[in-house]
Amino acid sequence: MIRLMSFLLVLWASAAASDTMKLAVTTSFHNSGLSDILLPAIKQDTGIDVQLLIVGTGQALRLGRGGDVDAILVHSKAAEDAFVADGSGTHRREIMYNDFVLIGPADDPAGIKASQTTRSALQAIHANKPRFVSRGDDSGTHKKELALWADAGFDPNNFTAWYSAVGAGMGASLNTASGLNAYIMSDRASWLNFNNKGDLSLLFSGDPVLFNQYAYLPVNPAKHNHVKADLVARLETWLAGERAEGMINSYTIDGETLFTFNAKR
Amino acid sequence: MVSPLFPLSVENASVTRRGKRLLGPVNLTLPADGFTVVIGPNGAGKTTLLKVLHGIERLSEGSVSWSIATKEARNKQAYVFQRPIMLRRSVQDNLIYPLTLAGLSRRAALIQADDWAHRIGLGDAMDRPAPQLSGGEQQKLALARALIQSPDVLFLDEPCANLDGPATRDIETLLRNAHAAGTRIIMTTHSIGQVRRLASDVIFLHQGQVHEHGLRAAVLDTPQTSELAAFLIGDII
Amino acid sequence: MTEIWDGLRAAFWLIAHLDANLVEITLRSLYVSLMALAIACAIALPLGAALAVQRFKYRRAVIATLNAFMGLPPVVVGLIVYLLLSRSGPFGVLGLLFTPTAMIIAQVIIITPLIASITHQAIRELWAEYHDLLISLNTSKGQRIMTLIWDGRRALLTAALAGFGRGIGEVGAIIIVGGNIDHVTRVLTTAIALETSKGDFALALGLGFVLIALSLLVNYATHALSSTERSGRW
Repeated sequence: MIRLMSFLLVLWASAAASDTMKLAVTTSFHNSGLSDILLPAIKQDTGIDVQLLIVGTGQALRLGRGGDVDAILVHSKAAEDAFVADGSGTHRREIMYNDFVLIGPADDPAGIKASQTTRSALQAIHANKPRFVSRGDDSGTHKKELALWADAGFDPNNFTAWYSAVGAGMGASLNTASGLNAYIMSDRASWLNFNNKGDLSLLFSGDPVLFNQYAYLPVNPAKHNHVKADLVARLETWLAGERAEGMINSYTIDGETLFTFNAKR
Repeated sequence: MVSPLFPLSVENASVTRRGKRLLGPVNLTLPADGFTVVIGPNGAGKTTLLKVLHGIERLSEGSVSWSIATKEARNKQAYVFQRPIMLRRSVQDNLIYPLTLAGLSRRAALIQADDWAHRIGLGDAMDRPAPQLSGGEQQKLALARALIQSPDVLFLDEPCANLDGPATRDIETLLRNAHAAGTRIIMTTHSIGQVRRLASDVIFLHQGQVHEHGLRAAVLDTPQTSELAAFLIGDII
Repeated sequence: MTEIWDGLRAAFWLIAHLDANLVEITLRSLYVSLMALAIACAIALPLGAALAVQRFKYRRAVIATLNAFMGLPPVVVGLIVYLLLSRSGPFGVLGLLFTPTAMIIAQVIIITPLIASITHQAIRELWAEYHDLLISLNTSKGQRIMTLIWDGRRALLTAALAGFGRGIGEVGAIIIVGGNIDHVTRVLTTAIALETSKGDFALALGLGFVLIALSLLVNYATHALSSTERSGRW
């Protein structure tokens, strides 16, 4: 009996002592498949077990504010700046960017394939009013989409039934778009990794305004002193380091690279 | 062997439920020996009287007093209901139940259970689920379960009301034997024939009150009240 | 229709190869739901029985509340437990959020009212049947409850299985309080949710069929062990 107790005690103690930290990441980041590649390398190089909570940007920020995670990796600059400004995060470190693309039915009823700019593509969509699915979940992707509509001169709050805000993650939203044969704005990685494309295809991309910056924000230990600040710092160093750079830049799906590393060392 | 529970005195006992008087006022004294049978038309309060004597029905007024403390007295009584209440267990487990409740070891209880099961003709059915027995068998089992407790007093509420001739005969034999062995019996019945066969003294209950109480022969052959006379010839009173 | 076939095939391959990931999340699913079941039964069975047997002033109100709680939306339970266990919540210092323990807590809250309610119903019926006999035999409250629980054990087993079914198939609460963290709090239902959201329907269905098979297995095993249908017993 004593031996069993001491064995369990050692097990528990070692579990408590092992280097684990919680990182909230966005669904778009996870759906790209990049996290599955990076996590084992992180464990190998730093010994850290990174526990990923895959949530929308809004929920990631909430988890960070509440101190329920040690750091967050999101892609919504305005929200990130606010996060640092109100003392919830210590700083923001840019790591990499990918891009957004416009997806739609292969026969392109709104005719956006020929558009030169995102602005004109969105104007074409608004003019034709085909089914359009929006994330509608206050995520980085959603905020980007709203910003693009605003830039084209529209307010989605005034859109009628052709525009559907589903309030879901990237994968779920793509599912809905596939089911409805609708247009949708997605990040390239999630699109390439998506298994249920149906009749949809990639219709428009490449406009620099569609670039999507990912940043790493450590939760402020001054606000939540249980946060594992040293592990968070080590992970940040790794993410901005050479091995991460190599892995991120060479990560491809169907021969296409998805992310461009741009952390400043 | 005279039971220390007796005499049993019932003083001014009455039961009123929802404004309706079901029983009383009743004044009775029951001695230690006898086979008392309570008769009366439906709704006379026979079941209520029995339950009140046994203590499983609350009195609205008056008292039921045994000659020893009520708590102790409870443990020396057993009750057989008109419709047998079977535990959803085997014949054997039904029989040992009151014994194990009282703290007897399972092994000792099984010996007694086996004996009683044979006495009621269910010796080969020990493992049968009691709910699967016939009505007659169930009532015999209920009686055996009552008698296995070696009670000083046995109450029975119309035990043969739902049984056929042979089953009734079996029950009556068991009751006669129990009485001969010293168990005080107080029971209700609808059957005047059963009264003649079993009773030593008779109580006639009508509209909740005791109209007559005396030795069997006297009560049945020379009724003192017109109600009893009418009841005995089969009138609805 | 092809997707359902793909799902069945995916399930078959996962099981045939004893996929390590599948084994891990299946064991974790069982661990969480069985622990929750054990704790819930320890609370709900005596509670249901006591409610059936014991008279007290607010009994009707308690029973009505219990029955109402059966309809608690699991995702709401999850949200409330999350807020309680969050670092910025009252029990944050326990560090239970995003652990299997948090999932067990949420499931206990969800399935206890169900088990207690079914138990109460069954025991109440049995109590009505046994009432006069048990009173006549001078049983104590404890003896009554023991007798009722033992004789009513088949119904209680049904109650427990109902609770288990509710728990093993639950996803709304445990995805919030557990976080669906790979190798830590991912279970069958949350994995299905994730794969569905990634559009990998075949894998999601495969996991779904595994979940169904698991549920059936537990039910069959329970009935076999309690020899419910053997030798014409009740």
